[in-house]
Amino acid sequence: MSNPGTSVHGAGFARKRAALTAGFSIAALLLTGCVQSQREESTGAEGDAAVDSTFVFAASSDPKSLDPAFASDGESFRVSRQIFEGLVGVEPGTADPAPLLAESWETAEDGLSTVFQLKEGVTFHDGTPFDAEAVCFNFDRWYNWTGIQQAETTSYYYGSLFRGFADSPDKAVYESCEANGDNEVTINLAKPFAGFIAALSLPAFAMQSPTALEEYAADEIGGTAEAPSLSEYALGHPVGTGPFKFDAWNVGQQLELSIYDDYWGEKGQITNTIFRIIDDPQARRQALEAGDIDGYDLVAPADTQSLKDAGYNITPRDPFTILYLGMNQAIPELKDPKVREAIAHAIDKDALVAQTLPEGTEVATQFIPEVVDGYNEDVTTYDYDPERAKELLAEAGYPDGFEVTFNYPTNVSRPYMPTPEQVFTNLQAQLDEVGITVTPAPAAWSPDYLNQVQGTPDHGLHLLGWTGDYNDTDNFIGVFFGQEKLEFGFNNPELFAALDEARGVSDRDQQTELYKEINEQIAEFNPAIPLAHPAPSLAFAPRVTSYPASPVNDEVFTDIELSE
Amino acid sequence: MLRVIGKRIALLIPTLFGLSILLFLWVRNLPGGPATALLGEKATPEAIARVNELYGFDRPLITQYLTYMGKLLQGDFGVSINTGRPVLEEFATRFPATLELTVVALVFAIGVGIPLGYLAARHYGRFLDHGSVVLSLVGITIPVFFLAFILKYLFAIQWSLLPPDGRQSPRIDATHYTQFYVLDGLLTGEYDAAWDAFLHLILPGLALGTIPLAIIVRITRASVLEVQNADYVRTARAKGLMERTIRGSFILRNAMLPVVTTIGLQLGLLISGAVLTETVFAFNGIGRFLRDAIFGLDYPVLQGFIIFIAILYALINLIVDLSYSVIDPRVRVQ
Repeated sequence: MSNPGTSVHGAGFARKRAALTAGFSIAALLLTGCVQSQREESTGAEGDAAVDSTFVFAASSDPKSLDPAFASDGESFRVSRQIFEGLVGVEPGTADPAPLLAESWETAEDGLSTVFQLKEGVTFHDGTPFDAEAVCFNFDRWYNWTGIQQAETTSYYYGSLFRGFADSPDKAVYESCEANGDNEVTINLAKPFAGFIAALSLPAFAMQSPTALEEYAADEIGGTAEAPSLSEYALGHPVGTGPFKFDAWNVGQQLELSIYDDYWGEKGQITNTIFRIIDDPQARRQALEAGDIDGYDLVAPADTQSLKDAGYNITPRDPFTILYLGMNQAIPELKDPKVREAIAHAIDKDALVAQTLPEGTEVATQFIPEVVDGYNEDVTTYDYDPERAKELLAEAGYPDGFEVTFNYPTNVSRPYMPTPEQVFTNLQAQLDEVGITVTPAPAAWSPDYLNQVQGTPDHGLHLLGWTGDYNDTDNFIGVFFGQEKLEFGFNNPELFAALDEARGVSDRDQQTELYKEINEQIAEFNPAIPLAHPAPSLAFAPRVTSYPASPVNDEVFTDIELSE
Repeated sequence: MLRVIGKRIALLIPTLFGLSILLFLWVRNLPGGPATALLGEKATPEAIARVNELYGFDRPLITQYLTYMGKLLQGDFGVSINTGRPVLEEFATRFPATLELTVVALVFAIGVGIPLGYLAARHYGRFLDHGSVVLSLVGITIPVFFLAFILKYLFAIQWSLLPPDGRQSPRIDATHYTQFYVLDGLLTGEYDAAWDAFLHLILPGLALGTIPLAIIVRITRASVLEVQNADYVRTARAKGLMERTIRGSFILRNAMLPVVTTIGLQLGLLISGAVLTETVFAFNGIGRFLRDAIFGLDYPVLQGFIIFIAILYALINLIVDLSYSVIDPRVRVQ
C-alpha cells in the first residue's frame, strides 16, 4: 500500500489543477486580447496528443444485456451503439434514418421487398467479414426465435415491430432474406411496414457477428421459463462492427470498451470508454464534480444552472419526448367531453413549462414532437382560458367544480418528467383556480404507480409520458391510443381502427396524411392533454468540448471532442 | 466444541425452513406485481399477463413454493429478474465488497470505540468522559445516510481528499481474483490498485462504523466502570498487583464480555446500514443490490437474500457464543 502518488485519484487532482490553470489562462488571454493567435496554435497535432483518451461516462444502471437484440432499455442501447452498427443509422442530431452499414437501399413499389447495398471492407471485431450472408444470419436469427426468446421481456422490439415469428407466419411482417452476392441483400416482407427502414436504426436490429453468436450461444437464454437468464454471449462476448469493442464488465461497477483498430470509419480522440454505474442522480453529479467521470445523462433541471456556473458544459438534447396529463374516463366526471375540455382550458402550459421544466422544453399541442411524421400544424388547441373553463364546467353541471384524484409518481426522474412532484403542484394550483379540487395520490414509480395507472381502473388525473425510440408516429400515438387501455378508460373503435390502418400503409406520404388526420381526431376527442416536450440535458467536464447529443440517444463516442 | 457447532447447525435447518415459508408468503404479498417492475412503462396488459405466466406468478402459491424449495435444496437460488444472472453468482461477486466494507467499519468502530470507552471510564467525570458521552450520543442519533452525505460532500466533493463513489477509480486497471479489491491488489502486486481500493473504503467505512462506534464506546465505558469497582479488583489492588496487570487482565478482560455481545449484534445491523451507505457511495455490495431488489421487486433475489442473511446471523451468533468461552472460561458453550 505504498505509492499513493501514482493512484488514480492523484490523476484526478492533476486534471482538476490543469483545468483550473487552463481556466485562468483563458481568462488572462481574453483580457490581453490574444485569443486568436493562441487558438491557431492549440488546434495543432500537439494539442491532440495531450488529450486523455479515456472517456468515463456515468450510466444510471448496468445494461440489461450486451446482446441488443434481447434488450430494450436505454442503458443497454447506449453501450450497444458503441459496439454495434445496423444497416441503417440516424442522421446526426436528428431522428431520421441514414445509411450506415447499408450504403443505399431501394424499396419495391408494393413496399414488400427492399434491396440493400452493403458497405464493403467491413469486418466484425472477431475478424468475421460483414457481408450479405451475415445480414441474413441476423434476420433469420430474430425470425426463428421460439419460446422464452419471443417473450416481451427478451425480444421486445422484434416482437412489437415485426409482430410474428417463424412459428406464426400469418402474423409475421418479415418473410425472408436473400443474399445477392457479397454486398447486396434483399429483405422480403410479408406485409407492408412503412416504418421498416426507420425501425432498422434501432440498436435492437444491429448486425452481430454470426461466428460469435454461434460460438457463445447467444440464443441460449434461460434454462427455465420461470426466470430467463442471459446467454454467455450477452454476458461478455458481444461482437459487432462498431468503433469500440467490448473489454470487460464488472457488474454494478463499470463496463469497459476500447477502440477497434480495424474500424472502417473515423476513430476520433477516444481510445477507451468506461461506463461507470452510478444509479443515484445526486451521486452522478458529485462524481462529475469530483472529477471521477467526464459526463452523465439526464441532469436534474435544478442542477443545470449551478453546474453551468461552475464551469461544466451542459448539452441539451433536442426533445423527442412527450409529457401528458391523462384523464381516466372510468371516472364519471372525466367521461364528460365538456369537463375534459374545461380542464384543457384551465391549464397554462407556458407557465408550467417555465416554472417546472428544463430549458429547451417546448410546449406541446399534440402527442408527437414536431419532427415526427404526421405532426399537424393546424391541430385543434385549447388555449389557456380559465373563464371559458368555468363556463364549460357549469354547462357540464359542475358550477362549483368537483373533486378528483390526481395520481403522480414520486422520487422518479424520467426524460419526459424530470420533476413530477413540481409538475403536480403546479397543475394542482391551476386546476384549483377554476374550481377543480384535486386529491393528491402520490406513489412510488415502479411498480406501484405504473401498476395503478396502467393496470387498474382506480385512478383519476395522472401524469405520464414517453420518449420516442425512433422516428415513428405509431411509436407515440399508437402506443397511447391504439387500443382500449385501463390508463384512459375509453373505447373509441373509430380511433383504434384509424391507427391500425395508418400503421399498415406502405406509402410514407399517404401515411403522413393519415397521421395528421388522426392527430386532429385525438385533439377533438381529447383523451389526455399534451403538456410539453421536455428537453433532457447532459452534463460534461470542461474538457469535453463537443458531444453529439441526439434526440433518439444515437450518440457514438467517436464523435466526442476533448480539449485536454 | 465440535458437537456444539454441529448441534447449532442442525438447529438452523428447521429455523430456516420455517423462515422460508413466512418470507415466501410475505414477499409474494408485497403490493404491485413483478411484471410491471420488469416491463416498465412500455408494458401492455397482455405482456404483463404473459410475463406472469412465464415466471409462474399466476400459479398457486403452494406450487410456487414447492418449486422454489426444490431448487433451493439443489443450491439453485434462481435467476435475478433485474439482471438475468444467477442469484448465487450475484451474491458471490458482491458479498466480498460488503465484507470488506464491514471489516473497515468494524476495525474503526472497535479500534476507536474500545480505547475511547476505556479511557472515558478511567477518567470518569472528567472532560474526556463527558466528551465521549456526547460524541457517542451524536453518533447514535445521526442517521447513517445523513452522515454519509455529509462525509461525502466534505471529503470527496468540497476538499477532493477521497474518492466519492464506487470501489475503485474508473481509470484504474486492476485484476480481480477474490473480489476483495484491497487483497487482490496486494496479491497481484498492483499496489496502486490496492491503495486506491482502500481509499474508496474510508468514507463509507466511517459512515457505516459510526453507530457501532458510538454503541461500543458506551458499552465499554459502562462495563469498565462496573468492573473497576468490583470486589476482586479491590482485592487485587490490596494484594499489591501491578496496576498494568490489574487493568489488562482484570478490568479489560472482564469488561469485554458485554462488548463482544454488542459487537456481534452490531455485525448484523451493519448489513442493514450497508444498504444506505452503499447507496450513497454507489458502492457495489450486497446492500445496494438488496435495495435494487426491493425497488425492482426482484423476488428470487429477495428470497435468496433473506435466507442468506439468516444463515449469516446464525453463524455470527455462534461465533459470539464461542468467543464468550474464550474470554471467560466460566461461560460454557452448551
